[in-house]
Amino acid sequence: MQKVSSQPSPVIHEPKASLAWIGQLFLVAVALLALYLVVSNLIKNPILFTQFVVSGLQLGFVYAMIALGYTMVYGIVKLINFAHGDVFMVGAFVSFYAVSRFNLHKWPETAFPGISEGLAVVIGSITVMLLSMIVCVMMAVTIERVAYKPLRDAPRIAALITAIGVSFFLEFFGALNFVFSPRFIPYDRPFEVVAWYIKDGIHRITEGQAPPDNSVTFSNIFIIIVLASILVQFFLQFLVRSTKIGIAMRATSFDKPAARLMGIEVDRVISFTFAVGAAFAGLGGVLYAIAYSSIYTQLGILPGLKAFVAAVLGGIGSIPGAFVGALIMGQAEALTMGYISTPMRDAVAFTILIIVLLVRPTGIFGEPEKEKA
Amino acid sequence: MLLEVNNLDVFYGAIHALQGISFNIQKGEIVTLIGANGAGKSTTLRTISGLIRPRNGSIIYKGQDITTVAAEQIVRMGISHVPEGRKIFAPLTVKENLRMGAYTRNDPEEIKASMERVYTSFPRLRERENQLGGTLSGGEQQMLATGRGLMSRPELLLLDEPSMGLSPILVQEIFNIIKEINSQGTSILLVEQNAQMALSIAHRAYVLETGRIALEGDAREVSNNPQVKAVYLGI
Repeated sequence: MQKVSSQPSPVIHEPKASLAWIGQLFLVAVALLALYLVVSNLIKNPILFTQFVVSGLQLGFVYAMIALGYTMVYGIVKLINFAHGDVFMVGAFVSFYAVSRFNLHKWPETAFPGISEGLAVVIGSITVMLLSMIVCVMMAVTIERVAYKPLRDAPRIAALITAIGVSFFLEFFGALNFVFSPRFIPYDRPFEVVAWYIKDGIHRITEGQAPPDNSVTFSNIFIIIVLASILVQFFLQFLVRSTKIGIAMRATSFDKPAARLMGIEVDRVISFTFAVGAAFAGLGGVLYAIAYSSIYTQLGILPGLKAFVAAVLGGIGSIPGAFVGALIMGQAEALTMGYISTPMRDAVAFTILIIVLLVRPTGIFGEPEKEKA
Repeated sequence: MLLEVNNLDVFYGAIHALQGISFNIQKGEIVTLIGANGAGKSTTLRTISGLIRPRNGSIIYKGQDITTVAAEQIVRMGISHVPEGRKIFAPLTVKENLRMGAYTRNDPEEIKASMERVYTSFPRLRERENQLGGTLSGGEQQMLATGRGLMSRPELLLLDEPSMGLSPILVQEIFNIIKEINSQGTSILLVEQNAQMALSIAHRAYVLETGRIALEGDAREVSNNPQVKAVYLGI
């Protein structure tokens, strides 16, 4: 909103304007440096570069699954649900218990002894993922009911602080010895990792064998993450575009009183939105744990925050934006790890956040928020 | 009696917006509430449709007390509210807006038939079927809002300022359609600042002045009242 003032006040604006070039120059320098790093390394060793891109894609597609939940929930209740990353963590832990304690992934072999091994692994793994998703959905819906719904009419900052509180609660409650324990826990995968390298065609890497130099390697987990994430994206597009509840979600996010006049149960639609986001986060948690094979109660913090940055980068509230933002974040992180240093990976994520907020606060696909009269 | 409003008291914080108003609507009627800005017309509609809770008084619809029923349930009972300012879902297409109007219904075939009926009444909407609601002109938005309100197949339609911001030709067109909707059996509660147009199609009228009913009666009677003539009709 531009304020109309009768008296011009040029004095206040002048110092701002004269200093702005320093910031702009800095941003341009950062951008040029990043571009130089990327291009020079791409030319120097395109194969190594491709390898980093592959690991960046794996990260990016995981972030995409989390970022969707951030952006959907923000779209409908204008809340940054900081507990979302911890829902992701719970998803990983549920699958850990299902696999390591209860052997849930083995159920098809027990129930149908004659079943082929491959099919048994697929069904077993999908069961584990579904269980994690269901637990995450129930948890997120409960969190929404208990912590956010009573604050629906409170100032937005109250709900935001509550979300941070819920996030801490999940992390530290989970760290109690009788819950998940505060330790790093090695994660047993429900299926074997199979890796391939690309050099003169695609070859399988046998166990104990190191891939040859100048080759790009990838694993079945990479393929599963990419496929699952794309599937989730298409499912969500379909849901939001073509189903009654999806259209109601968009109507509710645009105008709640008008939605109520249509007979839309706004509270139910909000719960449903939390549920869908949590299901994706739960799936992401399982895949993340399978890919990186070690879990602990704070594992959701950084992926959660990076997915949040991804959602902001893409334009918070925009579903394709979250997807694109997440892929960019994955690349930024992987290339930083490869060419600058591994500890810099987190710093880069938040540098991107700062730059987005400075240059284009609405993100890539975002539109400026309408002020309602 | 379709709707009976008794001694309704509504507050906005400390402001006493409705001060004990009573009125009723018979089946098949067009009843209009006229009055100046801030008289409480929209508040009355918002209270009936459940968006605002009254402090005192009751709203009886078909013999049932709906005073404390939630807005999303009231639509299901057969009252549809076309709100002030149209409140079109701008990021939804025309078709999706109409689909949301039929949110309470589940039979896809019948919903399709209702949509067809809306398109027959408003051919412009059919042309713009896949356009986003936010890109429509004011008149088209009013048509969409009215059509959307009809999609729940209401027995009682609450219309809030359907003529607002429209050219005289469009106003005439909208009012013709309101009359037509009424002739097909839907009762209408019409809130208008354009008193002349409202009185020309209504059966009965209530004049609202700062939260109170100042005058009521047959639409013709009301339009012949010297004070109404001076204040609202500008004659």
